[in-house]
Amino acid sequence: MSETIPNLLDPNCVLLKCNYTQAEEVISAVGMRLFKEGYVRDTFVQAAIDREKQLPTGLPLAGGIIAAIPHTEIEHVIKPALGMVTLKTPVTFQNMVSPEEMVPVQLVFLLALEKPKAQIEMLQEIASVLQNSVIVEELLNQRTYKGIIKILKQA
Amino acid sequence: MDIPKRILVSCGTGIATSTVVAKAIEEALKDRGMNVTIRQCKVAEVKSLADDADLIVTTTPVSKDLGVPVIQTLAFLTGIGKEEVIEEIIKALES
Repeated sequence: MSETIPNLLDPNCVLLKCNYTQAEEVISAVGMRLFKEGYVRDTFVQAAIDREKQLPTGLPLAGGIIAAIPHTEIEHVIKPALGMVTLKTPVTFQNMVSPEEMVPVQLVFLLALEKPKAQIEMLQEIASVLQNSVIVEELLNQRTYKGIIKILKQA
Repeated sequence: MDIPKRILVSCGTGIATSTVVAKAIEEALKDRGMNVTIRQCKVAEVKSLADDADLIVTTTPVSKDLGVPVIQTLAFLTGIGKEEVIEEIIKALES
């Protein structure tokens, strides 16, 4: 059961069934929400976009859906939080394990990490959500923040 | 008592995916009664730290000619092929 993720997932930082066309756009849209809500510094969005280009985070999952978990250095973060985006039509990211490979992503968790060790629960919960293809499918179907939280609490 | 084998776990920033991977390896090997020391680092630091490791496990690509076995895997994040990778890690540490 996920307990840490729902606490870190601000309702204003969850964007569902979106129509973006580029990875940068996705990171920027949800990253700006994290900034507006005071979780990250004004340098965060650009740092996350730059880092995604150098060290991409696309993750092909077991059920065939592909997720991405953009993040950046802790200096750009004020307090830990999570942003989330689901995409109506997939957006191209690069594969973490082989950056030359482009992969169509449908689910994005933008991680605002402050201290790695302190956020181990969040990171482990994200990994266990991503490993559960039923939960991942369900997350993509949700239209409301409430629905997302309900699914995550079952995860 | 055997000297614990040293595993270097790397990812892009050294804080996110490597944290998940390090924890997962630690637990999997503990279940099998293996004692290891795990250090996390950024992918940019791998080269300078490779000499002090018996094995490198990484989520992002690293150079393969480090003089130490390298296992690149997303299994601890995605769950795909996790058991196989654990076996591969054990084999690499035993050789």
